[in-house]
Amino acid sequence: MAGEAGNIKVHIDNVKKTYQGKHGEVVALNGVNLDIKDNEFVTVVGPSGCGKSTLLNIIAGLLEPTSGEVICNGHKVEGTGQDRGVVFQQYALFPWLTVQKNVEFGLNMKGIKGEEAESIAMKYIKMVDLEKFRNHYPKELSGGMKQRVAIARAYAANPEVLLMDEPFGALDAQTRTQLQQELLDTWEKEMKTCFFITHDVDEALILGERVVIMSARPGRIKDIVVNDIPYPRNQETKMSPRFLELKNQIWAQVYQEYLEIKK
Amino acid sequence: MAEKKKEGKLSEKAKSRIWLLLSFLAAVALWTFLSVLPQTARSFPNIFVTLGQIPVVIERGILWKDLSSSLISVGAGYALGFVIALPTAILMAWYRPVRNIIEPWIQFIRNIPPLAYVPLIVIAAGVGRRPQIIVITIATFLIMCITMYQGIINIDETLIKAARVLGAKDKDIFLRVLAPASLPFILTAVRLGASVALTTLIAAESTGAFAGLGMRIRSFNNNFETAPMLLYIIIIGVIGITIEKIIKLMERKLTGWQEKREI
Ligand SMILES: Nc1ncnc2c1ncn2[C@@H]1O[C@H](COP(=O)(O)OP(=O)(O)OP(=O)(O)O)[C@@H](O)[C@H]1O
Ligand SMILES: [Mg+2]
Repeated sequence: MAGEAGNIKVHIDNVKKTYQGKHGEVVALNGVNLDIKDNEFVTVVGPSGCGKSTLLNIIAGLLEPTSGEVICNGHKVEGTGQDRGVVFQQYALFPWLTVQKNVEFGLNMKGIKGEEAESIAMKYIKMVDLEKFRNHYPKELSGGMKQRVAIARAYAANPEVLLMDEPFGALDAQTRTQLQQELLDTWEKEMKTCFFITHDVDEALILGERVVIMSARPGRIKDIVVNDIPYPRNQETKMSPRFLELKNQIWAQVYQEYLEIKK
Repeated sequence: MAEKKKEGKLSEKAKSRIWLLLSFLAAVALWTFLSVLPQTARSFPNIFVTLGQIPVVIERGILWKDLSSSLISVGAGYALGFVIALPTAILMAWYRPVRNIIEPWIQFIRNIPPLAYVPLIVIAAGVGRRPQIIVITIATFLIMCITMYQGIINIDETLIKAARVLGAKDKDIFLRVLAPASLPFILTAVRLGASVALTTLIAAESTGAFAGLGMRIRSFNNNFETAPMLLYIIIIGVIGITIEKIIKLMERKLTGWQEKREI
């Protein structure tokens, strides 16, 4: 199913997006070009409002670009598709479904039902360590557990590209670290192309093979930093000189953008 | 540990029972006090005199007639109100023009006491069962429609997005996201509607009804028969609280997954 390594999975071609706001037109993205390779883990950082979510929603097919296009798997993106999964910051679990039924939702949409759906769902529920909670409703879970369910749900639908919009943004530092580790483990096990938005430069560097830095007004790609720190990475990686070097390099650019916005 | 928790819960339940009993006894005490106070003694015959009216109104052959007449009007008007409110609320939530036209009407009529427009309905629909049902239909429609509509437009949009990226088509979104997500609001509307149906009873039966709890209260009033009047008032209250309890039970069964209870 997944193409050969090095193949282009997602091709973002000169994407522009303008919103019709109350105070006139907002250019959220302008001239965004990016190629994401098959099985690559790309992280995206940038100041608030620079258009990260907008870009993710366009790749997901939830938003249409004003001009330009996104090619995924060689096909132009028009609407959502089961080759692309999304994990939202607000978890977006269906509160009326149990953990297991939430994870089965995407499978049901593909026509996979009953025992088959259950066994696939259970595999991913085990992966995120929530077996004991399979029959619980989302309201009975902590924030970290909810996000685990959301990740399991996205994985169970077996997309080739996983789009994540600050999935750990609302979590405390420890839970976040733990989920980062789990996400990396899973990514290494079930190769998928990942597009991961974050505010946190550390998070971007622990996870990504490349870190895309975006600039604001209009949102465009300012720089792409290749993160050559080998996997497996863990918390100790954050102490390594190379990590600190890259972190400074990225942080300087992001900080410049913050200043730019303040002006 | 678990057992202790259970025990705590049980005593909590027992406690609330005791409070309920106390509240009831206090009400009876207050009632008795009012029945001996010279200023209020005439309007508040004591509990024995009032309950002593039960066999009397049965003997006179009016209790069952009034009860069934009122329940038929309330039941029919309320059911009709619901059947019209649900699709209207959905259309209002779905189509902006429908919303923009209808919502101001509802807000306008909602604040007019039904008793004020009863004469118009009698002129249009004549006397008898029909105007009673119409009055209750209008009143219950207004409250149910606005409650359902508010609920449906406030459904979390990310849930719809989440379903879409998992492959849900319009039909799935409607049946598997919008329907369950609006169920709590529909049940709230049903509960509020029931209460409005009963509180509109007097107005509905002032349309020249031949029987009914509301009509009878007015006729007792004309003959200064305060004891059966008080009895009838209490009967309406008992019906109201019974319906409310049944609907609450339904809510707990159907929407126990909800994060919090409102209204
Ligand atoms: N529906 C909308 N209508 C009008 N303007 C919008 C809309 N959505 C986003 N914008 C504007 O587009 C710009 C980019 O928004 P976007 O949500 O993509 O930013 P972001 O980088 O994800 O920010 P954050 O890091 O805070 O999540 C912002 O200036 C925002 O105000
Ligand atoms: Mg965002």
